[in-house]
Amino acid sequence: MWVVKLILRNITRHKLRTMLTILGLAAAVVAFGVIRTLIDSYYAGADVLPPDRLVTRNAVSIIFYVPLAYKEKIEKVPGVESVSYGNWFGGLYKNDPKNFFPNYTVGPGFIDLYREYIFEPEQREQFLKEKNSAIAGQRLANRFGWKVGDPIRLTGQIYPGEWDFVLRAIYKGREPGVDENSLMFRWDYFDDRLRQTTPEMAKNGVGWYVVKIADPQQAPVISTEIDALFKNSAAETLTETEKSFTLGFLAQMDAIIVGMRIISYLIIGVILLVLVNTMAMSARERISEYALLKTLGFGPSHLIGLILGESMAVAVFGGLLGILLMFPVIGAASQFLQNFFSGFEVNALTILLAMTFVLIVGITASLFPIYKAVRLPIIQGLRNVG
Amino acid sequence: MVPALVKLESVSKSYSRDSLIIPVLDNIILKVPKGEFLALMGPSGSGKTTLLNLIAGIDRPSAGDVIVGDIKINDLSESALAQWRSRYIGFVFQFYNLMPVLTAFENVELPLLLTKLSKKERHQHVESALSVVGLEDRMKHYPRQLSGGQEQRVAIARALVTDPTLILADEPTGDLDKISAEEVMVLLSRLNSEFEKTIIMVTHDPRAAEKAHTRKYLDKGELV
Ligand SMILES: Nc1ncnc2c1ncn2[C@@H]1O[C@H](COP(=O)(O)OP(=O)(O)O)[C@@H](O)[C@H]1O
Ligand SMILES: [Mg+2]
Repeated sequence: MWVVKLILRNITRHKLRTMLTILGLAAAVVAFGVIRTLIDSYYAGADVLPPDRLVTRNAVSIIFYVPLAYKEKIEKVPGVESVSYGNWFGGLYKNDPKNFFPNYTVGPGFIDLYREYIFEPEQREQFLKEKNSAIAGQRLANRFGWKVGDPIRLTGQIYPGEWDFVLRAIYKGREPGVDENSLMFRWDYFDDRLRQTTPEMAKNGVGWYVVKIADPQQAPVISTEIDALFKNSAAETLTETEKSFTLGFLAQMDAIIVGMRIISYLIIGVILLVLVNTMAMSARERISEYALLKTLGFGPSHLIGLILGESMAVAVFGGLLGILLMFPVIGAASQFLQNFFSGFEVNALTILLAMTFVLIVGITASLFPIYKAVRLPIIQGLRNVG
Repeated sequence: MVPALVKLESVSKSYSRDSLIIPVLDNIILKVPKGEFLALMGPSGSGKTTLLNLIAGIDRPSAGDVIVGDIKINDLSESALAQWRSRYIGFVFQFYNLMPVLTAFENVELPLLLTKLSKKERHQHVESALSVVGLEDRMKHYPRQLSGGQEQRVAIARALVTDPTLILADEPTGDLDKISAEEVMVLLSRLNSEFEKTIIMVTHDPRAAEKAHTRKYLDKGELV
């Protein structure tokens, strides 16, 4: 008990120094948490994708078409339940690049394959009934204040002209991480207009197929079978799960993510240096006190308890404060970032990691002072007085 | 003849600094009987503190034996020595060496934390030790709230509280004004006469040495 009392008194001995150390630790923990959360949310979209959906695209590049005629052939592959398709549109809202969001046109049955999108049944009916209707995710609708029934005009960048839709449905994600930032509209509306206005752009092809399979275990086999169908044709295909397709797409940013990860670990190093410095300063000042305790007969275990306890206490205070501050900081950041990231939330692993690192830092920072105090010859420590 | 409590048998001590060997004590022979109040005197650098540290078991001789009671303390392991110190030795230092974050009461209680005494017993011991040094009314004060003389009296209470056989004091008045020094010396004399503590005190203050029964002089590492 007296050890605890002595630790607490020692901590409050240099109030400013202790406070600055704790604030430094807290700031570093917040920075660590924000970076980890950014990285997590970057991958969150891929994490929630179901394993029973495949994407078939042109083997050369996603920018090339896959013939519309492939649909029937893919449907006949054993284990395939249903097939739909999408095509990137890339229109701009109010013709302003700042308003960017993903928008694409989807074939019949597409939204049936996306069980993670939750619709009001009437809104869904309406979308299926009206050719010029569009659907948008909840976050996207919030971003621009759209309500069901609003007209929406996109300016085509690939497909020229102004494109007018009526928003007929707003979907919500079934769980955090499900994309709510996209706009989709009907393939028939898109295809008909191309044929009327710019027939040279209508190609009887789609951007990608979405293939729902019965058994996720069969994904590799079915993927191989689909691609085998179109081997040596004019448009060879590449099929993989939607999840690995998305991860591959995200991997374009890999260098940045790796950099962010490195920074998050450097921050741990900074925490360590801050605490190591504070503990070394304290230990140096207390040399004669350690010598006195040893003279009175206190052993290494007491010194270890005192020094380790102090280091851990400061580390844990800093860590807890950092974790407490992490929530409002990330909450505020997600207000700005929700247009780009879905599921920008602190996850349990980040907190666990932060706390683990904080404990490791607390132990590490005490090692050298403990070594010095335990090894210190008493007579040398006593000479340090005055 | 009173049996010797402390015996130094041909004790030598040298320090090595870099590759240089610095002899400090040379072939010291000393017997201190039980109940003695001995003043060790001598010029600065003559090895007084070194000699006291050897008797205290916080330093080890280069040659010879240090025997306290029946125990040859230079044979003890580091941890056995620590335990031995806590039971038999009370320390008083020139600069008091109080823990600045502990109150007078807590400083005096410190050595008792290593004993099996209950909290209540500890408190009784601390209170009586503080009343011996006349500081019952300063128990809750921190060292920085006390004068030098009061700090040294707290330190004496701390040396006394475990009821040690031997009290070792290194220049206990070295940092005090005349009046405080006088108070401290009266106190040490009382510990010797009233509480029958054997005391070895290092000093180069002749007025302090007067209070002792015996005076011995160290010069260039030899007792004269
Ligand atoms: N740890 C040490 N290392 C090297 N030399 C030391 C050490 N301790 C004491 N000395 C030397 O031993 C001599 C005696 O020191 P000390 O016992 O402190 O003398 P006194 O207490 O009589 O002034 C001095 O010359 C001092 O420099
Ligand atoms: Mg000295």
